[in-house]
Amino acid sequence: MQQPNHRRPFTQGVLDSLPFFIVIVPFGVLFGVIATEAGMNLAQVMGFSILVIAGASQLTALQLLTDHAPTLIVIVTALAVNLRMAMYSASLAPHLGAAPLWKRAFAAYVLFDQPYALSTIEFEKRPNLSTADKLSYFFGAGVPLGLTWYMATFGGAVLGEKIPADLGVDFAVPITFLAVVAPMLKSLAHVAAATTSVVLVLALSFMPYGTGLLVAAIAALVVGSLVETWVETQRNTK
Amino acid sequence: MIEASTAQIWIIIIAMGIGTYVIRFSFLGLIGNRDLPSWLLKMLRFTPVAVLPGVVAPMLIGSNAAHSADPLRLSAAMVTLVVGLLTRNVLYAIIAGLGVFFGLGALIG
Repeated sequence: MQQPNHRRPFTQGVLDSLPFFIVIVPFGVLFGVIATEAGMNLAQVMGFSILVIAGASQLTALQLLTDHAPTLIVIVTALAVNLRMAMYSASLAPHLGAAPLWKRAFAAYVLFDQPYALSTIEFEKRPNLSTADKLSYFFGAGVPLGLTWYMATFGGAVLGEKIPADLGVDFAVPITFLAVVAPMLKSLAHVAAATTSVVLVLALSFMPYGTGLLVAAIAALVVGSLVETWVETQRNTK
Repeated sequence: MIEASTAQIWIIIIAMGIGTYVIRFSFLGLIGNRDLPSWLLKMLRFTPVAVLPGVVAPMLIGSNAAHSADPLRLSAAMVTLVVGLLTRNVLYAIIAGLGVFFGLGALIG
């Protein structure tokens, strides 16, 4: 009988990613339903999920589009939501950096939250894995989830054509965002950043739509990192 | 409803697709093993927490929102936040929030 750690890395990645299917499926369906109800056609809905594969930024773009924000503002704000992935890219580079360029290029495509999180845990646990094994694990954790993301979106888009628009399904957008953010509020710095973002975006609501959000987000980034630095200094001086 | 033209929507999809890919490929593809300045890494970690609350707040209590400060929506939002904080589980928080919204909504009518 095979021990769990003798499994092929790809299989291990797939197995470790299983719990995330419960999150990805409803989230993808939700995006499909809301985007369709907002007036997007099937090709556009699928274009979003296949070309972007980043749920929170897709929903952000959708929300700004529904609010008639200018195209450039939609792009910049939705991309700001994905900036955290630069950090994912940086932190996986030491592990996967030695792989051939075309494999890294494909790995970048599936570098979303779940495979990133699973891989950092696995690579820390098993530092002696070869680059090829690490890459296999990463793909195992990312590829099936990515494919499921497409299918869930497709299901949602088909479903969205059948659900009446006045049911209040659009309210799932703020609910989903709150649900994504709440578990991240694990330190004073995170709470400070979130609070800054909320207070400023409301205070700056006189600014043309979207620009107030950008200012609020940048201020929140600065406040978050300053508070974190301050907390660290406090801890070190004790 | 979205009023943007088909072309505008496709521009947004393609620009976001390219932009997101460039962000993901950045260090993995081009910069390799070089270290990032720590202040930058620190800031990048805060991006979701800095952007998403700012997207949500105007939808719930903004002066332009269609259902601004609606008690039912606000209670559902609070429940989502609390369940998310307590369980640290995205799915539970969504279920709780939507459960309150649709459940309580059906009761009140």
